[in-house]
Amino acid sequence: MKFTKSTLAVTAAFAAIGLSTQAQAGATLDAVVNKGFVQCGVSDGLPGFSYTDASGQYRGIDVDVCRAVAAAVFGDANKVRFSPLTAKERFTALQSGEVDILSRNTTWTSSRDAGMGLNFAGVNYYDGQGFLVSKRLGVKSARELDGAAVCTQSGTTTELNLSDYFRANGMKYTPVNFDKSDETVKALEAGRCDVLTSDQSQLYAQRIKLAKPDDYMVLPEVISKEPLGPVVRQGDDEWFNIVRWTLFAMINAEELGVTSKNVEQEAKDSKKPDVRRLLGADGEYGKDLKLPKDWAVQIVKQVGNYGEAFERNVGMESELKIARGQNALWNKGGLQYAPPVR
Amino acid sequence: MSTHTFKPDLQPPVMSVGVLGWLRANLFSNWFNTLLTLLAIYLIWIVVPPILRWVILDADWSGSTRADCTSGGACWVFIKVRFAQFMYGFYPAELRWRVDLTVLLAIVGAAPLFIRAMPGKLRYGLLFLLAYPLLAYWLLHGGFFGLAEVQTSQWGGLMLTLVIAVVGIGGAMPLGVLLALGRRSDMPAIRVICVTFIEFWRGVPLITVLFMSSVMLPLFLPEHVTIDKLLRALLAVMLFEAAYIAEVVRGGLQAIPKGQYEAAAAMGLGYWRSMGLVILPQALKLVIPGIVNTFIALFKDTSLVIIIGLFDLFNSIHQATVDPAWLGFATEGYVFAAAVFWIFCFGMSRYSMRLERRLHTGHKR
Repeated sequence: MKFTKSTLAVTAAFAAIGLSTQAQAGATLDAVVNKGFVQCGVSDGLPGFSYTDASGQYRGIDVDVCRAVAAAVFGDANKVRFSPLTAKERFTALQSGEVDILSRNTTWTSSRDAGMGLNFAGVNYYDGQGFLVSKRLGVKSARELDGAAVCTQSGTTTELNLSDYFRANGMKYTPVNFDKSDETVKALEAGRCDVLTSDQSQLYAQRIKLAKPDDYMVLPEVISKEPLGPVVRQGDDEWFNIVRWTLFAMINAEELGVTSKNVEQEAKDSKKPDVRRLLGADGEYGKDLKLPKDWAVQIVKQVGNYGEAFERNVGMESELKIARGQNALWNKGGLQYAPPVR
Repeated sequence: MSTHTFKPDLQPPVMSVGVLGWLRANLFSNWFNTLLTLLAIYLIWIVVPPILRWVILDADWSGSTRADCTSGGACWVFIKVRFAQFMYGFYPAELRWRVDLTVLLAIVGAAPLFIRAMPGKLRYGLLFLLAYPLLAYWLLHGGFFGLAEVQTSQWGGLMLTLVIAVVGIGGAMPLGVLLALGRRSDMPAIRVICVTFIEFWRGVPLITVLFMSSVMLPLFLPEHVTIDKLLRALLAVMLFEAAYIAEVVRGGLQAIPKGQYEAAAAMGLGYWRSMGLVILPQALKLVIPGIVNTFIALFKDTSLVIIIGLFDLFNSIHQATVDPAWLGFATEGYVFAAAVFWIFCFGMSRYSMRLERRLHTGHKR
């Protein structure tokens, strides 16, 4: 291990000069409060989830989770710094303390939750693998895809899910593999395959890249479970609770009809006990979380409730136009459900 | 007395002079060349017009959203809207003058070095090389002497590419020369250290070095001690390229005849003076093409930092292509990246040719 040692020595020497170290001590919340911002690991570029707009601002549904945590802790959603992470380095960055939260379309699986010293704080997007087909094909369901040529990105779990699905349903298919998602789109357009498969959230982004997006549709079937959510280090329950309840506050706010527009009014005037408890008008629920009394008010005011964040980043108000589907609230046919604040 | 008048010369045959003659001699001299010429014309005919149409004739130049890109050609609006980000990354807009000033200072400061007969050039050069990096660090990073701090995570675009390339080149060059000298040293300890260093860094791909620095290194450090990502990348690039430069320079050292070493010793020069005054000036001059080759490769390799999540020019462009407002314009972005990289690499290559011509002292064949 000569390399690591020598590099260590050199980098340690630089670090000692104090060029750019950030030494932190104690629990995550104390460290975050001390340094004055939340360090958040996001994707290095995924439409709707984490990307930068023309003015250099980070945007996306994953980015909003971090902004909401900053709003809860500091009362200021802008006290957050982002570290763009690649898929390979994301867990190291979290484990080593480089970031406080990892909010980077990461699938919640048993091996990651239990085997890697991580805790998933919840699910901010229920994703799953789907199919994008040309409307010309006249296919209405994935069950009718027997014998189709399917474009996939090689080396991902989508290949495995695809073969499982076709085998389970006794259908045949021809795989057409590519390295990059852009190539799969071009191949679908050129007619080299009949179907393109990827996570549904990505299919909508790829549809925009087609010359005539309206000629293509995403089939309703979802053939795998990909619950995506924010992740924190195991062993700091205090911080885990904050991130988890920040997400729950956004979902609860949507369920209770609290939006960024009416939240201040509701906090003052609402008669509903649920709303009053969430917004800190009744009780001291913020204190249990070691957060200010108005934590949920700040989240909803500055970032919005879950529905607002969804529509703004990936839903009908965005270019992606993803339907709520599984991400609708539990009382509207979806899976998003948050325990009550009381 | 009759004077003899010569008949006027006949015009040479039309087919052997002028454009026609040139065409015949060079393009249609036999059936094979004719075939190749026709094939080449056909290829140009099918390739160039569509490219021209896409790049210029059908392209959209004005506007500010994707809705303005309707004509079917390239959508340069995308580049225009994102241009500042491609140049500066996330550097705060109101502080971008600091980047501009840094570049300006580099140009103004280095200009005297290009004047051939400037007195005290060596001293000025050394002073510049020592003072400029500190000044540039102060301007770009700030955080002391009255300038607000700009975290390196906000650096990006062409500016970051240049920072990596310049620091890489600036650090690798002296280190490489020292390594090359060390490898030819008579002292076994120094020789072994240099050989090990060079062979180690030449033996691993840059991409794994970068990857190790960002994925493995943090695991060996205590929790909550983080070393700046850019600093890790800079060190990795610098050490890696130093090994290559060392081997290029060693090639030059070996080409210097033994008589030169002996002559320098006979003049009473010690090791450092004989190297600095006699051997290295000749050796480095010989290996200019090799050194510039390495630098051009380094400049292009900077785009590898994409795998550790640094936003250099290439990654900034990649990042812009995933903005939902601009999905589907990746081609324009990559063409732009290629153009910028080409301009810089071509510039370096032309400068090295000029340098070679100026420094040539009769070895040219």
